[in-house]
Amino acid sequence: MIHVRNAGFEVRGRKLLEDVSFSAKCGEFWAIVGANGAGKSTLIKVLSAELGTTSGSVLFHDRELRKYKLKELAKKRAVLSQQNNITLSFTSQEIVLMGRYPFYDADPAQRDLAIVDKCLKKVGIGHLKSRLYPTLSGGEQQRVQLARALAQVWEIENGLLLLDEPTTGMDLFHQYETFQLAKELTRKNLAVIAVIHDLNQALQYADRVLMLKNGCTHAIGPPESVLTEQTIQEAFGLPVQIIQPEMTPYPVIVPNVAPVYHIP
Amino acid sequence: MLTETLNELETTKEETFQKHFLPSSTGKMVWILGLVLLACVIFSACTGALPISVSELWQIIAFKLGWIAETGVEEQKSIVFWIIRLPRVCLAVLIGAALGIAGASLQGLFRNPIADATLIGVTSGASLFAVFVIMLNVRYFGMLNELAGAYSISFVAFLGAAFTTLLVYQLSKVTGEGGVTTLLLCGIAINAFVGAMTGLMTYLADDAQLRSITFWNLGSLGGASWTSVMAVAPFVAISLIFMPYLSKALNLLVLGESQAASLGVNMRSLKQKVIILATMGVGASVAVAGTIGFVGLVVPHIIRTLFGPNHRTLIIGSALSGAIVLTLADTLSRTIVAPSELPIGILTAMLGTPFFIYILWEQKRKRL
Repeated sequence: MIHVRNAGFEVRGRKLLEDVSFSAKCGEFWAIVGANGAGKSTLIKVLSAELGTTSGSVLFHDRELRKYKLKELAKKRAVLSQQNNITLSFTSQEIVLMGRYPFYDADPAQRDLAIVDKCLKKVGIGHLKSRLYPTLSGGEQQRVQLARALAQVWEIENGLLLLDEPTTGMDLFHQYETFQLAKELTRKNLAVIAVIHDLNQALQYADRVLMLKNGCTHAIGPPESVLTEQTIQEAFGLPVQIIQPEMTPYPVIVPNVAPVYHIP
Repeated sequence: MLTETLNELETTKEETFQKHFLPSSTGKMVWILGLVLLACVIFSACTGALPISVSELWQIIAFKLGWIAETGVEEQKSIVFWIIRLPRVCLAVLIGAALGIAGASLQGLFRNPIADATLIGVTSGASLFAVFVIMLNVRYFGMLNELAGAYSISFVAFLGAAFTTLLVYQLSKVTGEGGVTTLLLCGIAINAFVGAMTGLMTYLADDAQLRSITFWNLGSLGGASWTSVMAVAPFVAISLIFMPYLSKALNLLVLGESQAASLGVNMRSLKQKVIILATMGVGASVAVAGTIGFVGLVVPHIIRTLFGPNHRTLIIGSALSGAIVLTLADTLSRTIVAPSELPIGILTAMLGTPFFIYILWEQKRKRL
């Protein structure tokens, strides 16, 4: 559904992204991993058409991404970006309703409001519906934003959801819930592309992983083949060990360094 | 939430009977504020050096429209109403609406509830251009007739306002993500520059010019006539009609520029539209009434507190209550020290500043 061919992006001679190629199909959950400054957010911005590629191309539904109008794209994909500061006192409901804006003219239909309600419940904040956004905690705000992105792709067939570190500020339970939700969406034939910091989560949930290093593709493919002890050390500069505890169905990545003892 | 997902079937069944609604309702607000505005207009038209009672007012209007054949109201009162009182009230309504709309939409564009036309220097920019033209007009363009003169000053003031807004917007973007500090610093810089220019003109000006410059700085509706109403009306009408169409985009802008773009907002065209529409009203009102501060700051705050931050409600509500506030303020300004009158700019600043500080205080308290 979205094909990235040799995409590159550079600003003032600095290459932030270079020769990245992959193609995500409907129903796939892609994780983008990499160290700070590896170009993960830049890639999300390129995929969301906020930034145009300076070389290579991005095809979305077999059409050049840059040829889409903003209004058209808004009806085909949703983006959740990293920073979400809102100072005006909108209620959670109003924020989530913004995800429905591309689909109605002046007044929201009952259907739009029903979707808003459903999305709020999906991310577990149905009870915060009429709370003012600035009064919510960081994790709750992030869940409102997630619900907004969810409302936007709710009825889209073969839609695309781009998430830039979706679980920032969320507690353990809601991180788990968010990834469950992403999986559920891929079963509805959506493609989800997410920047993920926790490699264990990438290993556990993603169908495909793209590992970036200095703006280039370092490894790409199924999680087990991308997230190996060797690649992780190369991309992050930290020796790790991948262990398979008896009680868990997934292998676990742990840092392979000497423990730091506290000397009294 | 897991249980919620399991119970989804049941809830959908319930939801078909349950009607969804939004907390903010524009319709109700328009009715309430519209009626209050009407009452204020009638009150303002009746109050003054020559009091007119409501029944006399009714007779004056009905007689003019030919609904009643004769009237017992004195000729003098009728003249005062049609020539002096009514144009002034109309001007107050128009300028109030323009300032309210400009305040609401600029705050939306800057994503900052402190962006007021006066504070960020837009009014100053407009008055600088207008004063400039007036000084040239007195000297060289004496041949321009009254209406054309008024229109040209409105237009030039609009250009000045638009130019300043663009400048402030670009500056605040270059120096940071449009934070409060940057915005206010830009305002200080521009106000200081305009202050210097005005000082220079004061230095050069003769008596007649000096008086008009002072007038720009204080703001007054004293010069109201049907000509000035006609000069302002089209500008205000355009921004009043088209601005509500931008309210959805302004709402999305709250999420940040890139998120708004991902929801289909073309930033470039939105920015142009908002700046042009907002400054049209401000420019025209500065041209006929000078600097009237704090209406564009305080009014949207009140509406937001009462009816929520949705821009559709906010823009329409700010227009209506801006008109209400300015009509009342003008009535006060011309009666409080009668037979002389207090420039309305002094009054709005005196009443507006403590109110604004109170709002800031409340906001801080609420967030804790």
